[in-house]
Amino acid sequence: MSTVSEAPAVGLTHQGSEDTGLGHRGPESKSIVVPYGFWLFVLSDMVIFSALFATYASLVHATDGGPTTNELFDRNLVAIETIALLLSSFVCGLAMITAKRANMLWTQGWLLLTGLLGAVFLGIELYEFAKMIGEGAGPQRSAFLSSFFTLVGCHGAHVTAGLLWLGTMMAQIWAKGFQPHIMRRLLCYSVFWHALDIIWVAIFTIVYLIGTLP
Amino acid sequence: MSPIFGKLTFAAIPVHEPIALITSIVVILALAAIGIWITANKWWPYLWHEYITSTDHKRIGIMYIVLGLVMFLRGFADAIMMRAHQYFAVGQDQGFLAPEHYNQIFSAHGTIMIFFVAMPLVIGFMNFVVPLQLGVRDVAFPTLNNVSFWLNASGALLVNVSLFIGEFARTGWLAFPPLSETAFSPGVGVDYYLVALQISGVGTVLTGVNFVTTILKIRAPGMSYLRMPVFCWTALASNLLIIAAFPVLTVTLALLMLDRYLGFHFFTNDGGGNSMLYMNLIWVWGHPEVYILVLPAFGIYSEVAATFSGKPLFGYRSMVFATMVICIVSFMVWLHHFFTMGAGADVNAIFGIASMIIGIPTGVKIYNWLFTMYGGRVRFNVPIYYLIGFMLLFVGGGLTGVLLAIPPVDFVVHNSLFLVAHFHHVIIPGVVFAIFAGYHYWFPKAFGFTLDERLGKIVFWCWFVGFNLAFMPSYLLGFWGGTRRMQHISDPSWKPWLGVELIGAFFIAAAPLQFRGPPRRPRRGSLLAPQAEGDRARGTHPGARLPAHRNAGEYPDRRDRRLLQFALRVRHHLVHLVARHPRPGRRLRSVRVVRVARRA
Repeated sequence: MSTVSEAPAVGLTHQGSEDTGLGHRGPESKSIVVPYGFWLFVLSDMVIFSALFATYASLVHATDGGPTTNELFDRNLVAIETIALLLSSFVCGLAMITAKRANMLWTQGWLLLTGLLGAVFLGIELYEFAKMIGEGAGPQRSAFLSSFFTLVGCHGAHVTAGLLWLGTMMAQIWAKGFQPHIMRRLLCYSVFWHALDIIWVAIFTIVYLIGTLP
Repeated sequence: MSPIFGKLTFAAIPVHEPIALITSIVVILALAAIGIWITANKWWPYLWHEYITSTDHKRIGIMYIVLGLVMFLRGFADAIMMRAHQYFAVGQDQGFLAPEHYNQIFSAHGTIMIFFVAMPLVIGFMNFVVPLQLGVRDVAFPTLNNVSFWLNASGALLVNVSLFIGEFARTGWLAFPPLSETAFSPGVGVDYYLVALQISGVGTVLTGVNFVTTILKIRAPGMSYLRMPVFCWTALASNLLIIAAFPVLTVTLALLMLDRYLGFHFFTNDGGGNSMLYMNLIWVWGHPEVYILVLPAFGIYSEVAATFSGKPLFGYRSMVFATMVICIVSFMVWLHHFFTMGAGADVNAIFGIASMIIGIPTGVKIYNWLFTMYGGRVRFNVPIYYLIGFMLLFVGGGLTGVLLAIPPVDFVVHNSLFLVAHFHHVIIPGVVFAIFAGYHYWFPKAFGFTLDERLGKIVFWCWFVGFNLAFMPSYLLGFWGGTRRMQHISDPSWKPWLGVELIGAFFIAAAPLQFRGPPRRPRRGSLLAPQAEGDRARGTHPGARLPAHRNAGEYPDRRDRRLLQFALRVRHHLVHLVARHPRPGRRLRSVRVVRVARRA
């Protein structure tokens, strides 16, 4: 099986056919069905975050006499965090391009950089959490802090899962090369990683930017 | 607390509660007997390979339906205990259930009936039917499908373990805080509830992903959207709702878990928590859940109406449109579950109007079924009994729903027995009758023989009469001020009505009759009838026309001509399904008169 020649077709190209992708010409190929199912799963994940956003929005002023958003958040720190995550997403895109060209060295390199930037993000987040808990502003302090730690922590948990997944993807590409099913998994991974970016942009805006308005 | 067993000690086994203890012993003995029976017959390898680890959508569908029916027995046992207790707990009498036990029973009844009866049955039908109707080998992700089933079954198992070890939640089927917080429910009941629902909820989300992908991406060639059978459309709507609603349930229960285990303050009384946030979140899931259950049920009715009237479905496009409108509007009505929260007149009015608007597409559907039957050659098999019974009852239940959607009326009857009567009035004809109709309709497709018509009709009448006796008096009791979930009733004048409701519950108790197996010797004109005769002529055995594993042999390449033949073969199965239902001699007389008149 020639793995390299099939690789560029993976994704949304419908294998170069005139197929509309609506499925009325018969069952779609696996390269369509699997990412599509994964997209739906990611959408259900987005619904999880939307419920957490709603919870945060309705509890943000329920500080119970404890610290408020303005007293806790540091815009500069979060700006670095955000840049790290957005860059990580961009680099993940570069990794996809090199993977489609079946370039092992560059793909592994870009994926490693994706993971490192994700780790920087996660490190800053953990530092922020530890600092807040150290100041007595842990999740048990007030309803606002409960919702803050749950919303941001849920995103952080997703990033952690993404980093673990990234490690297995790098190992799979290394061991098995750019086979169609590996490429499919890589596509799903990149969908997941970009989705986390979208959610972070919302968290950055709703939690940190609005929270640090004078 | 022990580091390994936590709160678990021998005190968790209910040796001092005779009802729970005897039930536990009987269930354990029954399970042991079934285990020995299977072992003695050497059925374990068959069960293991053909069912437990099967990724075939038909087998998984059957497992879902078995799970739902077994849990139905459990849920119904709770129901009949409640009805019996209520009758014996009026005035001076105290009944036979202590308050904390009664509270567990109504909580378990609601939780089990929605999550582990209605959901598995509806998902079971989607599993069995959708790939066959779409003309494909299986769902998009067959292995994931098996995982979904076992996640659901694990949740169901956990709820039942609470019968033997510890206790179940006493907090109602939605575990409202602050009652469900550790401060007021320190026991393990709410923990059982939360963990069981989280596990089965994950399974349900994966089912939703699986079926939306299947319906949108995996269909036989030529099966464009508007050629799909209506059941597929309703399954699509239902699974879209699952993807959009079940994650909210996951979040809600996770937040309550964080409150209970890590001392967070989402719904607590202190720390700025807000228990009404829980109401909003849980009903953002809870109201779409109603439509997750009832839309596939409407799909079953659509198939039944067309098949047994010998006509194509009336108003196919309007049916599809109504389904998708209900799918969307169902997300905009959740607040009608708590008009009394105090959201203000404007908000209440908007949600009240939205709730009434849902009645419009539902009305469209009722008319479509009526016009499908009108002028058709209606064959009075069991499924059409359920359809007619459903239409008669459901309109009434819908009307009391419109009453409840008026906020001032809701303030009067909120959380009353009127509400209990209303939702049983819609969910029993709407979902349960549809499940029985579908069970009779598709049973031959699954097992190769039809169920007994006479027995099926007896069971229908038991349900129809029993339902009316068991729930209509609750409307009156609700108007007289009866609140739901009462362990003791102080007004002795209600006793006769409670007696009527108990008699109704006994009528419904006849339902398991329906699920008995085939008789030893097939009788002509009932079981196995048309098929056995036809097959004898062809020299094949009765199961010959059942769809095989993966529905066909090799899976041809895309755009291959053979695929078209394959799709035709699957359609052939569906068409012959109709032929397998025996035709009773009677016809709907008035309809014949109409036909004669039209011909003239």
